[in-house]
Amino acid sequence: MPHAISLEEVYETYRMTAAEHFDIRAVTLGINLLPCVSDSFTTFAGRVEKRIVAAARHFVKRTEQVQSYYGIPIINKRITVTPAALVLAGALTGDACRDREYAVAFARLLDRCAAEVGVDFLGGFGGLSEKGMTYADQTVMDAIPEALAGTDKVCGFFNLASAKAGINMRAVARVGGIIHDLAHASENAIGAAKFVVFANAVSDNPFMAGGFHGIQEADNIINVGISGPGVVRRVVEAAPRDLPLDGIAEVIKKTAFKITRAGELVGQELARNLGVRFGSLDLSLAPTTAVGDSVGRILEAMGLERVGTHGSTAALMLLTDAVKKGGLMASSHIGGLSGAFIPVSEDIGLAEGVQSGTLTIDKLEAMTSVCSVGLDMIAVPGDTRTTTISAIIADELAIGVMNNKTTAVRLIPVPGKDAGDFVSWGGLLGHAYIIPVHREQSDYFIWRKGQIPAPVTSFRN
Amino acid sequence: MSGRSGERERAVVLVVGTDRTGIVAQVSDFLWKENVNIEDINQKIMQGVFVMTMLVDLTEARTDLGVMGPKLERFGQQIDMAIHIQHLRIFEVMHRV
Repeated sequence: MPHAISLEEVYETYRMTAAEHFDIRAVTLGINLLPCVSDSFTTFAGRVEKRIVAAARHFVKRTEQVQSYYGIPIINKRITVTPAALVLAGALTGDACRDREYAVAFARLLDRCAAEVGVDFLGGFGGLSEKGMTYADQTVMDAIPEALAGTDKVCGFFNLASAKAGINMRAVARVGGIIHDLAHASENAIGAAKFVVFANAVSDNPFMAGGFHGIQEADNIINVGISGPGVVRRVVEAAPRDLPLDGIAEVIKKTAFKITRAGELVGQELARNLGVRFGSLDLSLAPTTAVGDSVGRILEAMGLERVGTHGSTAALMLLTDAVKKGGLMASSHIGGLSGAFIPVSEDIGLAEGVQSGTLTIDKLEAMTSVCSVGLDMIAVPGDTRTTTISAIIADELAIGVMNNKTTAVRLIPVPGKDAGDFVSWGGLLGHAYIIPVHREQSDYFIWRKGQIPAPVTSFRN
Repeated sequence: MSGRSGERERAVVLVVGTDRTGIVAQVSDFLWKENVNIEDINQKIMQGVFVMTMLVDLTEARTDLGVMGPKLERFGQQIDMAIHIQHLRIFEVMHRV
């Protein structure tokens, strides 16, 4: 046979998309907004709108064309922009009240632009403050509750720690209250699902809510996020019960290779069609609420009775690493986060783990030291102290800083709900049981503020 | 959407269903009417299930792949088979290093 693709190989590819939810989870168009800077807010806003619409006018249509051409579903189309604090700074006046209104107006403008070009989300309303906060960073952070609760598509982030700078505890202390206010400003606290705090944030992350267009990137780029927990779960389930774990790592690696290659093909084609540079490919097992599309289930398929029990961290380490290895072999453009996500409410296995009490916030924290991001989509009691939120964030950022990896926190304190209660957001965001947090206070630790110094990078035991 | 210039548009058709007479004839007939050239056929009965792959050339076809896909799937429903078409490049990148 001249094309030498075997019947079995064709069937395998077909099954991946048809039955196992292999998809391109997100294509994200990064847009540099630095050229829009002006000392007049009106001029700045006009330039931003023009630039986004010009860059993204055909984005959704072209994406849909590539999707039908290759027969691989592309689920989300998004835009990331240069961090808001960087581009907004020039237009600020020094009058805090007025500037906060400008920041909120900027978020509304981004929301309108996103709606106009038809994308699902637009990320980048935030700042890079791992060492210090500029006046613009503070303005944008203080505007976050109103800006994110009052818009549909805008997502926010702040990078508050890095391996080079340590942890900005002044900002961490502040952000606990911001998350609390954001949760209270929106129905069922859903606004908090659009805000992420990072350590070592990456500039080419195609996934939301934490995506932004980093200043080291080209003017416009296409980043592609590919996923496929369902595909990986099936190969792990199909493996013999007594297959040693190195064998499990091998089958995951091979699967990751295949889905990365398909993702790269689609991403390159799309970039070519849009006439923009192909940025990076992020191979992350990103669960969805669809049955079977669960990272928790993959860990259970390896032999754990329920995710969260002893062995979960080791199983997740194997998974994350095997996914990275397969992806890196398959593509020279691997970037973003790449690994496995553990967003609790979006993953049926993890949600059940929390419901049964096996998966606790402490175990989740341990698992984030080996997953590709962090504490994600975790609903906590509405009366959680803001200092406790800050302390949870500090712990998570510490894992990222010490281990030189990206970590993130997306916590949702749901007003009026307590540990064990149920909250449903519907759609991609799923549902969650409120996870208990420790009641003992961390107040005095958080109130010290300051900076946790960067760690030593040699002599690591 | 059209393919890269100067390159032939080739895709792989997968047909899966219960074995009976006339499947190859029906699918070939459909492709002929769409002016799709069949370059190769591979067919097997796997655990009682009819499975066939066809390498096809769509360069001269009446419609492009984006239109052909849903059309083929609808045709498959009419003849009680699951039919799926995907660009050859997908298989090449996924299964060949």
